[in-house]
Amino acid sequence: MRYRNAGHAFAHGVQTLLPLVPGVIPFGLVTGVMATEMGMSPGTTMGMTLLFYSGSAQMVALQLLHNAALPLTVVVTALIINLRFIMYSASLAPHLHKLPRRWTWSMSYLLSDQSYALCSLKLSSGELGVHAKYFYMGTAFAMWLAWQLSVLAGVILGARIPETWSLGFAIPLSFLALLIPNLRNAATLGAAIVGGAIAILAIKLPYNLGLVTASIGGVVAGVLIENLRRGEAGHVSAPAMERDAQ
Amino acid sequence: MSDLALWGLFLAVGIGTFAMRLSFVELYGKWQMPAFLERALRYVPASVLAALVLPAVVYPPGQSEWVLNNPQIPAAVIAALVAWKTRSTLLTLGVGMGALWAFKFLGG
Repeated sequence: MRYRNAGHAFAHGVQTLLPLVPGVIPFGLVTGVMATEMGMSPGTTMGMTLLFYSGSAQMVALQLLHNAALPLTVVVTALIINLRFIMYSASLAPHLHKLPRRWTWSMSYLLSDQSYALCSLKLSSGELGVHAKYFYMGTAFAMWLAWQLSVLAGVILGARIPETWSLGFAIPLSFLALLIPNLRNAATLGAAIVGGAIAILAIKLPYNLGLVTASIGGVVAGVLIENLRRGEAGHVSAPAMERDAQ
Repeated sequence: MSDLALWGLFLAVGIGTFAMRLSFVELYGKWQMPAFLERALRYVPASVLAALVLPAVVYPPGQSEWVLNNPQIPAAVIAALVAWKTRSTLLTLGVGMGALWAFKFLGG
């Protein structure tokens, strides 16, 4: 899509992100409720939310703080969970590195799973044209605002959401909604199956190392399957698959 | 934990996370990523997302033991089918939560 101007690209970014907001709200609510139930003040909770800007790391940190874990353990675990951002950063770098620092630094702070999922393919295909950074900012800023406001709503609601609603299940469901449409070929499917299976088996590993182990295992599986299929493609030409892998 | 220690912890995670988000955008050109790593990156989202989803579905909240009667599993299967067919986050969430409540109700 070619955009008339920066505002048009930004607005389309916001619009593209909007369908993901219902998946974010319960996640944010739960985070806000959880922090409040632990006795954290609204100011402290929102400070944490602004500094982390990472839901899964924040949830896990809250859980560990609740269990009176060592501060160092909390920091290391949260950062391990966020290791995936290094990989996102590497994959976006070819498209963003030329921008001035005021752009790259704010884009980096605002980088989320959702914006990455929405923008990475569009950035690499070049379809966004010269206003690509505004499209990214539209998705990223809308996501940031939705997240901050839903945590705030959770803080205000406090412990008033009954446990029986099982609102926590909305978290894996929203990840599922991001994951499933991404499974476009055998290699990505293999990465997901292996990553998920290892995560299930490694649930008892300390420091949430299961998540990191599983992610690496899944990536290895994806690359191996891609190599295998490349080997087959050497005999029969399979241009469709090659295109798919991009 | 004291308030000061708590804020120190938040700041440490915040700065660390920002550094990771910025890492390659800042380093680009100064350190070229090996082609192999670049290829591997394509499988990160699927792998990480699945690693977040599956344990959260298979194990009941706050537990790490397998239980037989877990309404989350059939609810997630239905939600996955909806996600596959519609690609809609809203529908996936709505149907998934509805299915969970229904299975809980049916299961007592």
